[in-house]
Amino acid sequence: MEFNLDNFKVQGVKVNYYYICKRKLWLYSKGITMEQNSDRVMIGKLVHENSYKRLKKKEVLIDDMLKIDILDNDYVREVKISSKMTKADKMQLMYYLYYLDSLGIKKKGLINYVKEKRQEEIELTDEYKREIEKTLIDIKEISQKRKPPELVKLPYCTKCAYYEFCFVKEEV
Amino acid sequence: MSRDFYIFSNGRLKRKDNTIYFIDCLENKRTLPIEQINCIHLFGEIDLNSKLINYLSQYGIMLSFYNYYGYYSGTYYPRKKNVSGFTVVNQANHYNDYEKRLYIAKAFVDSAVHHILKNMRRHKEGIEDLIERIQNERKNIEEAQRIDELMGIEGRIRKSYYKSFNKILKSDFGIQKREKRPPTDPVNAMISFGNSLMYTTVLSEIYKTQLDPTISFLHEPSVKRFSLGLDISEIFKPLIVDTVIFSLVNNRVITFDEFDIEEGICYLNEKGRKKFISEYERKLGTTIKHRKLKRKVSYRMFIRLECYKLIKHFIGDEEYKPLKAWW
Repeated sequence: MEFNLDNFKVQGVKVNYYYICKRKLWLYSKGITMEQNSDRVMIGKLVHENSYKRLKKKEVLIDDMLKIDILDNDYVREVKISSKMTKADKMQLMYYLYYLDSLGIKKKGLINYVKEKRQEEIELTDEYKREIEKTLIDIKEISQKRKPPELVKLPYCTKCAYYEFCFVKEEV
Repeated sequence: MSRDFYIFSNGRLKRKDNTIYFIDCLENKRTLPIEQINCIHLFGEIDLNSKLINYLSQYGIMLSFYNYYGYYSGTYYPRKKNVSGFTVVNQANHYNDYEKRLYIAKAFVDSAVHHILKNMRRHKEGIEDLIERIQNERKNIEEAQRIDELMGIEGRIRKSYYKSFNKILKSDFGIQKREKRPPTDPVNAMISFGNSLMYTTVLSEIYKTQLDPTISFLHEPSVKRFSLGLDISEIFKPLIVDTVIFSLVNNRVITFDEFDIEEGICYLNEKGRKKFISEYERKLGTTIKHRKLKRKVSYRMFIRLECYKLIKHFIGDEEYKPLKAWW
């Protein structure tokens, strides 16, 4: 069956969360956001605002859905603080490439880890296209669940803006 | 880290460029750093304009107003940014289903009583009988079938609790009975003042979450106030407000000089309010190592955590268990 992107469009951050934590994805999809209370998110925002100031096309909004950090001739660029969540960041950008591709726009991707002064180039392959499609179907399914996926302790939970939300409990 | 700002003098609060200024009646100028403001409390006569309100709203900052006597008049509550219709629908479901509503209401009362007893045990000489009476009354909470029954239990417990204040407070301060409108003695004045502060603190924490402040469980919703704020305050009043009162009185920080009586209304004067607020803020900022989170949590954050637990309860994630301070 042909995959129809229109039925599965989501914001890029959801693709990112899909690879980080399904529970976070669900909570976020229900509007239960914690980002505004997080210092780490604030730092990310500042890094974003203060990087690549000379470039003109920053924060491009496509289709009211994708907020692309930087768009230049051949590349879509994504700014990240650290490379700890490589897979998630990569797939988020891959999704942007996929989305643009479906609009007939062919680009390559660059992830800029500003603090590490390092960048990584990525290209959309057929294999990745399939993976994105599968991910988008999954995201839709998770978002439609009535309850959040159960808590799973991951090594990076303590860094997450949802840490207090997820782990607060009373004894007995 | 944001904090609350309190303005006691008369003057004007305004926005100039991207800064908030307070200019008092003697033209003294003070700047308030926008990123660090959680909530501004206005005790004086303050002029302000919509430009300021719009700017504060962008940052989600609440403005709380108090009248001449220091009693709470109201809050400017900016448009909520973190909205979750899903959460609100489920919160409402927990109100509409009487069993579910009762469960949450009982949790609030039981937690309040836990903190009441905690205060009493710390000063137990001479009030053993009152402690026992409350312990017996507490057993009825579980059996209560209706909210008004629960309210009755709570009322009787509070009566015994306030009676114990005469023993807990080591000085000439005493209390005959709880009087709200208006308070006529210093202890009642402090309880009322502290409770209004508590209400605005809880409200500002609710604001940072997706909860709807009008849907409450113990108090009947949307009568006059954001009643979820009243509900959650029940848990924290004995834990925060009452301990502030005990410490102010027993350490002789506050004396009768800090109260004025006008036409039978007793209220904290400006000096008294400043002393009260500084102790209250110190308490809110005090941290406890959380035994589940394994990190330090301030009393203020405990309020937010209570909101998180309620959200988890509403969305079917984890049953709500109220805070029972273990330290």
